[in-house]
Amino acid sequence: MAKVKVQTAWLDSCSGCHMSLLDLDEALIALADKLEFGSSPITDIKHFTPCDVGILEGSISNKHDEEVAKELRANCKILMVLGDCAGFGGINNMRNLFTTSDIMARYYATESTAKGNVIPTSKELPGLTKVRPVNQVVKVDCYVPGCPPSAGAILYALNELLSGRIPVLPGEMMRFD
Amino acid sequence: MGTKIVIEPVSRVEGHGKVAVYLNERGHVDKAQLHITQVRGFEKFCEGRLFNEMLVITPRICGICPVSHHLAAAKACDEILNVQLTPTAEMLRRLLHYAQLVQSHALHFFYLASPDLLFGMESDPASRNIIGVIAAQPELARKGVALRAFGQKIIEYLGEKRVHPNAAIPGGMNKALAQSERELIAGQIDRVIADSLLAVNLVKDYITKNKALVDSFASFESSYMGLVDKNNNVEYYDGKLMLKDTNGIVLEDKFDPKDYLNYIEEKVEDWSYLKFPYYKKFGYPNGMYRVGPLGRFNAAEGHSTPLANYEFQEARKMAKNGILQGSLYYHLARMIEMLNAAEQIKILVQNELICGKDIWVNSGIVNQESVGVIEAPRGTLIHHYKVDKSGKIQKVNLIVSTGHNNLAMNRSVFDVAREYIKDGKVTEGVLNRIEVAIRCYDPCFSCSTHALGHMPLELTIHEADGSVREVLSQQ
Repeated sequence: MAKVKVQTAWLDSCSGCHMSLLDLDEALIALADKLEFGSSPITDIKHFTPCDVGILEGSISNKHDEEVAKELRANCKILMVLGDCAGFGGINNMRNLFTTSDIMARYYATESTAKGNVIPTSKELPGLTKVRPVNQVVKVDCYVPGCPPSAGAILYALNELLSGRIPVLPGEMMRFD
Repeated sequence: MGTKIVIEPVSRVEGHGKVAVYLNERGHVDKAQLHITQVRGFEKFCEGRLFNEMLVITPRICGICPVSHHLAAAKACDEILNVQLTPTAEMLRRLLHYAQLVQSHALHFFYLASPDLLFGMESDPASRNIIGVIAAQPELARKGVALRAFGQKIIEYLGEKRVHPNAAIPGGMNKALAQSERELIAGQIDRVIADSLLAVNLVKDYITKNKALVDSFASFESSYMGLVDKNNNVEYYDGKLMLKDTNGIVLEDKFDPKDYLNYIEEKVEDWSYLKFPYYKKFGYPNGMYRVGPLGRFNAAEGHSTPLANYEFQEARKMAKNGILQGSLYYHLARMIEMLNAAEQIKILVQNELICGKDIWVNSGIVNQESVGVIEAPRGTLIHHYKVDKSGKIQKVNLIVSTGHNNLAMNRSVFDVAREYIKDGKVTEGVLNRIEVAIRCYDPCFSCSTHALGHMPLELTIHEADGSVREVLSQQ
């Protein structure tokens, strides 16, 4: 049987959902027979190609996040989002209570920052946007909430997908923290 | 006409970044910049929250070493309450921290860095990852997975979750360790120590076989900083900061980390969201210093446990002045620390007190300003808070581990690019070499971008007139 091709990316997040994926431990080794990873932060394949399952962690917090989400959506049949940031903005939502200029002004004028520094404006750096969950930018097929979701919840979702079903988490795995 | 090369995203690091290399008219490297392209805003949006929430909010800066932020926040909050921890509470905090060192160092070495060492820096990118390691060396991969799992399980015992645990609280710990959990840890610890030693030997073997490369690859002069105990051994949870120069001469002998503002300042560059800390007395950029496993190795005199100390002293003999400059030596220092953390865990679980029930001390708000400092797996982590009388956060300043290494990582990228890009010729293997240099520092771009950001790696080639010649990736 052909392996199911999975590609993943992290947007504005802490990488914790990917760490929870690695917390599958031995089960990850077993899954390596059924899954192959394309582009992902844990591989050196840098660009998305057509695949079966796309997995996103993190909220959309700048233009670059938006582009990555759209590109993965265009390349995958099913898009699954992991965690609270991707699902509804998570802790990143706290940023929406302030303006971007307040955020930048504080970071570049903390107690340890040398006097006279200015806020970076290079065109290499994407500007901040309002924090949004992934489904405000692209269509999402399934959600695995949690901060992060447990390895067990991620394994359950992957196994459901491998069986051809869109995963719906059972009650004991359905939690936001 | 000159050229700019960009690598994006930088992979097998934690977070987001890209690299731009600027070539001059002869096609040689003129300058190189590691752009950190994300800012998140924790320094601002924590304002107005109650101080005890910082133990829950700040771990979300980084899912790879959330325990580091959890503990730095806990220490800062202890100081706000002006309390001394009970012996059991401090032991449990240390157990949590050592467990994190094991899981984080195992994650970095086995999941992220080992493909470069096992398969070579210019090997096929399609299998240069953890799945490739599982296929080629299943026994080794299994040991790496088990080492990380061991650390993660201890974190789960203490905080009920592996990532973003709720373990520490201001004044102590939330939950005691059960006897059954203590026995489970004790039952595995000898295997963990043996496998950590195996990892140390793997790196030593790599160094022996590639000595010339290891001594020259991204090797440069810098100062070094890390927490040490009163005997100048590497310390992670408490202690004072030691700062040494490139020859091992002491610049600052065990200063109180609470006084960090007297020694460290941060510079802003227009091309990166991440600030550049430097040693104030040497100015910018001469005040470049390195933190993390190699920073601690060069700043300290030894480890406090026998097996790790033996390896530490052996490693000292590898360099003149005992100071190791090559960035690849980070891997050796990191694996010796994993061994040290495993030995420390053994000592802790042999002590009855680890299962004590006296784990929390309460108090009202006493101090309205506090600094919590620990050595995270990636280096010194500073949390500095100001609160009002009701405990609401007024100001937050954070200097995270990867931030301290910002100047050094940029220097590493420049050195490697200059060495391996000549006459405008760039190959995939060269791109990965640049990433290998960055990966030595195990940068956690999630952490460093807590203020704003993202970092996958891209290499763009800029012509001398500033225009982009091409954007290279590894496919």
